Amino acid sequence: MVYPKRTTPPKVNDTNAMPPVQAIIAKELRSYFVSPIVYVVGSVFLLTFGFLAYLYIVFTGAQAIQLMQMQGGTAQINLNDLVFRNLFASMRFVLLLILPILTMRLLAEERKLRTFEFLMTAPVRVSEIIVGKFISVYLVFIGMLLLTTLVPLTLALFSDFDWYPVLTGYLGMTLLGGFFLAVGLFASSITENQIVAAFTSFGLLLMCWLLAGLGSLLGDTPAGHVVSYLSFMEHFDHLVRGLVDTKDLVYYVSGTVLMLFLAHRVVDSSRWK
Amino acid sequence: MIEVRNITKRYGHLTAIDRVTFRVEKGEVLAFLGPNGAGKTTTMRILTSFIPATEGTAQVAGFDCADQPDEVKKRIGYLPETPPVYQELTVFEYLAFVGKLRGLSGADLTAGMNRVMERLSLGSVRQRLIANLSRGYRQRVGLAQALIHDPPVLILDEPTVGLDPKQIIEIRELIKSLAGSHSVILSTHILPEATAVCQRVVIINGGRIVAEDTPDQLSARLRRSEKISVTLKAPPANVLERFRTVAGVEHVMTTPDPRTILIECALGRDIREEVARFAVGQDWGLLEMKPVAMTLEDVFLKLTQREDGLSKADDATESERH
Repeated sequence: MVYPKRTTPPKVNDTNAMPPVQAIIAKELRSYFVSPIVYVVGSVFLLTFGFLAYLYIVFTGAQAIQLMQMQGGTAQINLNDLVFRNLFASMRFVLLLILPILTMRLLAEERKLRTFEFLMTAPVRVSEIIVGKFISVYLVFIGMLLLTTLVPLTLALFSDFDWYPVLTGYLGMTLLGGFFLAVGLFASSITENQIVAAFTSFGLLLMCWLLAGLGSLLGDTPAGHVVSYLSFMEHFDHLVRGLVDTKDLVYYVSGTVLMLFLAHRVVDSSRWK
Repeated sequence: MIEVRNITKRYGHLTAIDRVTFRVEKGEVLAFLGPNGAGKTTTMRILTSFIPATEGTAQVAGFDCADQPDEVKKRIGYLPETPPVYQELTVFEYLAFVGKLRGLSGADLTAGMNRVMERLSLGSVRQRLIANLSRGYRQRVGLAQALIHDPPVLILDEPTVGLDPKQIIEIRELIKSLAGSHSVILSTHILPEATAVCQRVVIINGGRIVAEDTPDQLSARLRRSEKISVTLKAPPANVLERFRTVAGVEHVMTTPDPRTILIECALGRDIREEVARFAVGQDWGLLEMKPVAMTLEDVFLKLTQREDGLSKADDATESERH
C-alpha cells in the first residue's frame, strides 16, 4: 500500500526490529522493579530461605555434637541429607505461597486497567504476550534463586559436601518454579481480580500437591502410579536426591507448556465472546 | 479505506449493533455520534479486530478485520475509551514500549517518539511517571500511542474526554491536521465536536445508524419546515384536528407533555399570529408559544431519543396524513 501524502513511509516489522517478545519482557521487568512486589516477595523469599537454612544448619550442628559425644572423635555428618534435602523440601511450600503473588498481576492487571484491549489490538500475537510475560516473571524468579546460592557457597567455605545433589536440587527448584509460575499465569488469565488470580493458583497448586497423598493412598496400583505421577512431589524429590530422570524433566516441561497453552487459549478466546 | 457492510454484533440476546453499514474514504474524518450505549465502542472494537462481528464484514485498507487481523492491526492506531497507559512507566518508556510493539526501532522509533511528543506537547512530562499525570495528559499520552507509528487509519474513541477547553481545541486541531493524509473515525457524544472536525457524521442510536451526512446537510435536511411549540392550559381532546384547520398549518404533532403541541408549517412562513389568535379565540389558555429552531443538537436529540424521536414523529405525521 502506498500513502503518498504521508511524510514517512510505514515501517512495519523490519527484520532488524526488536521482536515484540523482547519489548514485552523489558516492559514487564521494568514494571516489576518499579512496583514494591518484587522487593517484598524477594525479601520474604530470601529471608525464609536464609532462616530455614540457618535452622537446619544449627540443628545439624547440634546433632553432630551429640554424635561426637557418643562416639568420640569426629563424626561424619552429611550436609546434603541433613541440610539441603530438608531445605529444598521446605522450599516447595514457600514457593507455593510466594510465586502466585508474583504472577497474579500479569494478565489480571491488564484487564483491570484496560490495557488488555491495547495489547490485543497491537500487532502482537497472543503467544508472544504469554511467552513474554512468562519469561519476565521467570527471570525475576531465577534472580531470586541465584541470590540464595550464597547459602551453599558460604557453607562450602566451612565444610565439605557433595555439590551434585545441590545443583540438581537447584535444577528442581528452577523447574518447579517454572511450573508454578505457569499455573499462576494461567490463573491470572481467567480473571481481572488479582486476589482471585492468586487464590486460584494457590488452589490449583495445593490440589496438585495433594494428588501425591491420593497417589500413596492408592498405593502400588496403575491408578496410584498415574496419580502420583501427576503430582509435582515425587518428581521434585528425585531431583533433590540427585536423581536426574528424563521422566521428571518431561513432567515439568510439559506441565509448564500445558499451563501456558491454557493461558493462551483463555486470552485468545476472550476476544471471541 | 474503511468499509463496513451490514455488521451485527450480538451478546447473547442483546444486540449491540444491528446491520451497521458505512464507509470512510481515504483522508476523511468521520464522526460517530451517538448517546452512551449506542454501539459506538462495539463498532470500533470490531474495526480494530478486537472482537469479531456476529454477521457482516468489516474491512480496513482492503483487509478483513476478522480474517486478517494482523494486517489490520498494523495499519490502525487505536485510542480506546480509557487511555491504555501503564501507570508505572514514564511517558518516554511507555511510548518506547508502544513503538517497539509496533515494530519500530532505532532511528524510526526515535523519530516517531519525538514527533508525537511534539505534536501532543508531551516534552515537558516525558520523564514523569504516567501515574502522576493529570487526566488530560494521560489522554494525550493515549493519543500519542495511537499516532506513534503514523498509521493510515485512526480510530479514536472519545478522544477529547477529560480534557480542558484549551486542550480540546488543540486536539481538534490535531485531528483536523490529520485529515487528508489519514482516515479517521472518532466517536463522540458531543455535537460541536462532530461539526468542528468532521466532514461526515454518522449518527448511531440503539445499535442502528439513524442518519449519515455532512453536518450542514443533516441540519438542513431536517429543516424542511418551521416548527412552533404551543403550550395550552386546557387543550381539548381533539386539539390536533382543530389546529389543523388553521390556515398554513401542515402538520400537528403531540409531544410527551400532553399540554404541548408541535405545529409545523411550510418553510419561510410565519403562522404564529394565526395560531395565537386561534388558540385565544377557543379559550384554551395559551401559556406559551415559541419557534423551534432545528440546530444539529436538536437533530441529534430527535434522532436518538425514543420518546420524541424523529422516527416516532414521522410515524405520527404519516398516520395523521392517512
